[in-house]
Amino acid sequence: MIHVLLITFIITLFYMAIANRLMTYIKVLALQGVLLFFVVFIQLSEINTLNLVLILLETIVFKSLAVPFFLGYLLKRNNITREAEPFLPNFVSLVITTFIVVITILISNTIKDDKLDKIFFVVALSTLFFGLYLIATRRKIITHVMGYMVIENGVFVLSLAIGNEMPMLVNLGIMLDIFASVLILGIFLNKIGDVFKDVDVDQLSNLKDY
Amino acid sequence: MAEYSLVGVFLGLQTAFTVHACMHNGITELVYFTYDSLGILLLITLNIVSIPAAIHSYIYIENHKENPQTRAIYLSSFVLLLMAISAGYLSNHIAVTWIFTEITTLAASALIYHHRNKLALEGTWKYVFICAISITFIFIGILFLSLSLQHAGSDDLSFKNLLSKSDQLNPIWLRMAFLFIFTGFTAKLGLVPMFTAGIDAKDTAPAPAGALLASVLMNLGFVGIFRFYVIIANTPLLHWAQLVVGSAAFLSLFVATVYMMKVKNIKRMLAYSGIEHMGIVMLGIAAGGIGYYAAILHIILHAFVKSSLFFQFNQLYRVFQNKSIYHVGNYFKYNPTGAIVLLLGFISTTAMPPSGLFVSEFLIFKSLFDVGQIVLLIAVLLLLTMIIWSFGKNIFKVLFVPAVGFDDSNVEKISPWESVSQFVLLAAAVYLGLNPPAIFVQLLQESVSLLPL
Repeated sequence: MIHVLLITFIITLFYMAIANRLMTYIKVLALQGVLLFFVVFIQLSEINTLNLVLILLETIVFKSLAVPFFLGYLLKRNNITREAEPFLPNFVSLVITTFIVVITILISNTIKDDKLDKIFFVVALSTLFFGLYLIATRRKIITHVMGYMVIENGVFVLSLAIGNEMPMLVNLGIMLDIFASVLILGIFLNKIGDVFKDVDVDQLSNLKDY
Repeated sequence: MAEYSLVGVFLGLQTAFTVHACMHNGITELVYFTYDSLGILLLITLNIVSIPAAIHSYIYIENHKENPQTRAIYLSSFVLLLMAISAGYLSNHIAVTWIFTEITTLAASALIYHHRNKLALEGTWKYVFICAISITFIFIGILFLSLSLQHAGSDDLSFKNLLSKSDQLNPIWLRMAFLFIFTGFTAKLGLVPMFTAGIDAKDTAPAPAGALLASVLMNLGFVGIFRFYVIIANTPLLHWAQLVVGSAAFLSLFVATVYMMKVKNIKRMLAYSGIEHMGIVMLGIAAGGIGYYAAILHIILHAFVKSSLFFQFNQLYRVFQNKSIYHVGNYFKYNPTGAIVLLLGFISTTAMPPSGLFVSEFLIFKSLFDVGQIVLLIAVLLLLTMIIWSFGKNIFKVLFVPAVGFDDSNVEKISPWESVSQFVLLAAAVYLGLNPPAIFVQLLQESVSLLPL
């Protein structure tokens, strides 16, 4: 069951690679939150109930409700156009995403470790690299934020792999999640939208060496 | 005035805490904080730099006639930054170091956004985003480290436990952990690959805050890497780690040279010079032997010299109202005291005798020579020559060549007393380099004693 959920998680990455509209990205992020909710529910069977409830609340309330709602609000408030405007065509995106997944599978095959379920490793690492790819190839700053959220989800998956032995690390991951998101979204919501209209990265190139 | 006296109280408490730390060398308090030699040395450095930073912040705020709100935000994030850095120095647990590194990002971003204009926003955004990615990287590294530690049958991520179990750590996960943690901390340290955020931050932050970012915050990045490097140095992966650190260090030197050649913004030039110095420090770490000792000496002296140059930059800016090298010149005519600071700072930063940095840099070169890296040493010396040339070209333009079209009818007169703290910092760097007190040498040797020679 857990494998089905994680493979669905990988499929959402492929969908994200070819999606055109920003609303689709937001919906995929919400879906990833729901998937993580079920993964947590099945995987972390050994930790105490209070901690489990906290982690479940984080995935469902923060990852799949608060952040997508907030991003949607930002889109409306700043009148950001609905296209994602990638630098590369969708087909190339799809090929590169496939490459990322294949390479992480190859890397994971070189590792001999019976303490780690490899599928967690593959999902986490490919999500991380996909997030970096998303940041590098989209024009709008808000897609950078979304790419960062994808990276956070990947890190969360990795922390779940060892969550039964070290629940403290999962909690730290949640702390990182909330802290960084609030910091980044806070700046985005309050400032960037007011100063730069319909923001893309070309406008952020005024700091120069000369 | 109330807020300034509160900052004064904080500095007093900080000093008291530093004294407390010095008197309790080797003691662990509150489970997660140990007063070890490296922590104490850097804490003293922080304390020495923070007092002039507060004075210059006061001058800065009074000159700009800031409204109470921005003043309050500036001073409180100034205090928060210093507290988070001190706690980060002393923590003995990798996750605690990581948490305080996160908090420095928060405090620093408030300082960078001080001017509330487009450029400040751009700098803040870049800094926050890159730092967010790098703290995520450090977290991934910690996860891999815990996987590696599970093979040793333990789940305590304190540096002490990691060191005692270093022979049982799983090497594959340890490699991945080192790569991610190293990459993550380079954002604070100012090394390839994550150095860009720090440059923009030091450029847009007010100069007194930029001085903290360019000195003590960089030292926090160094602490993060160094404490983990101690662990990996006691495993068979030492040579691999030396290769990783050494190549990142050399690339940083190269990048710093390229940017120094073309940079026209004086503040950014100082920031790139920081990249160069961190490259030299990490070369010392990679070379080992006497290089370890020299590297820690170098970051301490560099913190003094670079912060005094940043404080001086603020006075320069008040005279010319410009950061660009084209609109600045003949500084000796308008502010002789400040010009002498700039000249001495230039001599110190480029490590010419009698600067203390000369001693540490010489020892680092010696360590490179000892391990037989002659080709690398020659390449480094060539790059350093180019850096000194371009740095000197710009500094002498600022000092002696009149700026074209500069209207000097209402230039602000700067009191020589404002430069006193800068002279003190520069003199401290010379004194500690040429004639180090025995206790200082002992602390330096203790902080590298866990590394294999």
